[in-house]
Amino acid sequence: MRRFQIPWRPVLESVVTIFIGLIAGALLMIPFGYKPLDAYYALFKGAFGTVEDVLETLAFATPLMLTAITFAIGVKTGLFNIGAEGQMYMGAIGAVAVAGLIHLPPGIHVALATLAAMLAGALWALPAALLKIWRGVHEVISTIMFNWIAFHLSMYLAIYYLAEPGRAERTVPALPTARYPVFMEGSSITAVIFVAVAFCIFVYFYLWGTKAGYELRLAGENPDAARYGGVNAQKVLIMSFLIGGLAAGLAGASQIIGRPPAWSLYATLGNISGLGFDGIGIALIGRNHPLGGILAAILYGALQHGGRFMEYHAGVNSELVRAINGLIIIALAVPEIGAIIRRRLKR
Amino acid sequence: MNLQKAFWIIAIIIVLALAVFGIEKAGLKPISLLEASLLAMTPLVLTAVGECINEKAGVVNIGLEGILLITSVLGVFGAEVLGGGVWGLLFGAFVGAIIGFLFGIISVYGKADQVVAGMGINIFALGFVPFLLMAIWAFPGIHLFPRELMVRPLYTPIGRVSPVTILAIIIVILAHILLHKTVLGFRIKAAGERPEAADVAGIRVDFIRIFTATLGGALCGLGGAFMPLAWFGGVVKEISAGRGFIALACVVFAGLEPLLALAASFIFGFAEGFAYAVAVTPGVKEVIPFYFVNMIPYITTLVVVALVIGQRRFPAASGQPYTRE
Repeated sequence: MRRFQIPWRPVLESVVTIFIGLIAGALLMIPFGYKPLDAYYALFKGAFGTVEDVLETLAFATPLMLTAITFAIGVKTGLFNIGAEGQMYMGAIGAVAVAGLIHLPPGIHVALATLAAMLAGALWALPAALLKIWRGVHEVISTIMFNWIAFHLSMYLAIYYLAEPGRAERTVPALPTARYPVFMEGSSITAVIFVAVAFCIFVYFYLWGTKAGYELRLAGENPDAARYGGVNAQKVLIMSFLIGGLAAGLAGASQIIGRPPAWSLYATLGNISGLGFDGIGIALIGRNHPLGGILAAILYGALQHGGRFMEYHAGVNSELVRAINGLIIIALAVPEIGAIIRRRLKR
Repeated sequence: MNLQKAFWIIAIIIVLALAVFGIEKAGLKPISLLEASLLAMTPLVLTAVGECINEKAGVVNIGLEGILLITSVLGVFGAEVLGGGVWGLLFGAFVGAIIGFLFGIISVYGKADQVVAGMGINIFALGFVPFLLMAIWAFPGIHLFPRELMVRPLYTPIGRVSPVTILAIIIVILAHILLHKTVLGFRIKAAGERPEAADVAGIRVDFIRIFTATLGGALCGLGGAFMPLAWFGGVVKEISAGRGFIALACVVFAGLEPLLALAASFIFGFAEGFAYAVAVTPGVKEVIPFYFVNMIPYITTLVVVALVIGQRRFPAASGQPYTRE
């Protein structure tokens, strides 16, 4: 395994595209009479102003680094797996079912609830892999359809089977034995962030430290070479989807058993929806690398947490952060931006 | 059209006919099912036929979902500002054309990874649309507009049909003629199949691709504005509900043929109309939870795509940037 070096050029490219995204976001604010400088000042002060804010930012980053893995490992295999959203819904449902309905001793309960969520996510990822192998269905279409099916299925399950009696707007909360310990009274960050980071590191070692991981990357980079080298393309494809599903399921769990104060799933899925799609941008900003994804997730977590302050102080809807993410993705898709940076660096 | 395609289409139409018959037995008028299907078909077919044309030229835009979302909101905005539903439709098409044009520019001159950039449009729309709803109407997630701005349907022997639906069918026929009978169509196909040969023959591949991307965006934008202005009567932040991707499924099903895209759109539109019909049918709506009814269009899409896919051939340079040497 080669020694880890910081790849400066991709880092710089990501930073430049983030600036492009922020500038484009400012241009979107102007026609509606918002003040971009005030908005961004509130955003960054809100995101990093105090220690509590930094912890809050990390709490936002937790699910995002995982949904980024789902997309990133797909890209490493040559897939465009955008199914993290639905797999995350199913993971959240799995977590609610085990954490809210079953009584178990502490410790075991947390572990089983986490495991149930990850398995639910992986199971939801499997049909898209099988449809691709059996019928050649493109994963962009199949994963989006499964996302929408999961959306309606998880709302159904949340309302018909998992609802808290007397409170129709959300599911039963996770029992105290199934909750990850909270770091600081009043903050949203729990020990689940360690599980998330550990999973990212696990994926990193899997990809760059094992034979299976090597085969997976080879199949993505050079399918012909992989075929001549005897790589089982179907096995690689299934592994890629399964690991992505485990990550997305864990992301769902992190919002149920690892995030106060709700400890439950809203019946509208409002407290988790969108995190799967956010992961696509984060994976791309992190250059589809599990560890780069952690950094990108922290950055995006800061934008999300700071976005609430932007909404409060400058009146700009915090969803603008998601629009900026989209703009960053578009900027990252254009290799010419990278080429300009390379020319500058050479000079 | 080969034998297998014809077989599948006939098989699907027989299934649809049986479904109509079954619904009639269940006590629902099939005419309203047909009306609902045609409404649901319209945004799909407009989006799909535009994508057929730009994919023929080698531009793959998976940002259709995002364009539908943005243009549905801005279509309503346009209708309110310009004072008429038809103006709203035109404004939606105009916004779609701008997005398509920009997408064409970054695909051709920026040599962008089109799939990533298209997904960027989708994610941009996910955030931009709630932002717009707040910025324009200061109300989160939903906006209802005055009934007068609705584009009125026409009363025909088969029920109420939106004039946009008829326009969409005409556009499909025109697109078929464009692609198969005109010089421009030949150039579009050349730009997608063999851009270097097209270039040598004096065809401006860059102009062709940007033109088709703009046209595709405009048709998608018309479909987006259609949803609130001629169908729902309001706009919500998830109004497109995966239709951009269902339209992509239509394109795949059709193998980039506009007429087949119309057939596919009708099948998926029917699935949606069927879902609405089930949701209101007495005796059925009490038994089947509304959540499962909502899944029908997505499950149908998966099943149809899984059944017919496999033998589709796409332009050789599809999604590939082309650089002049």
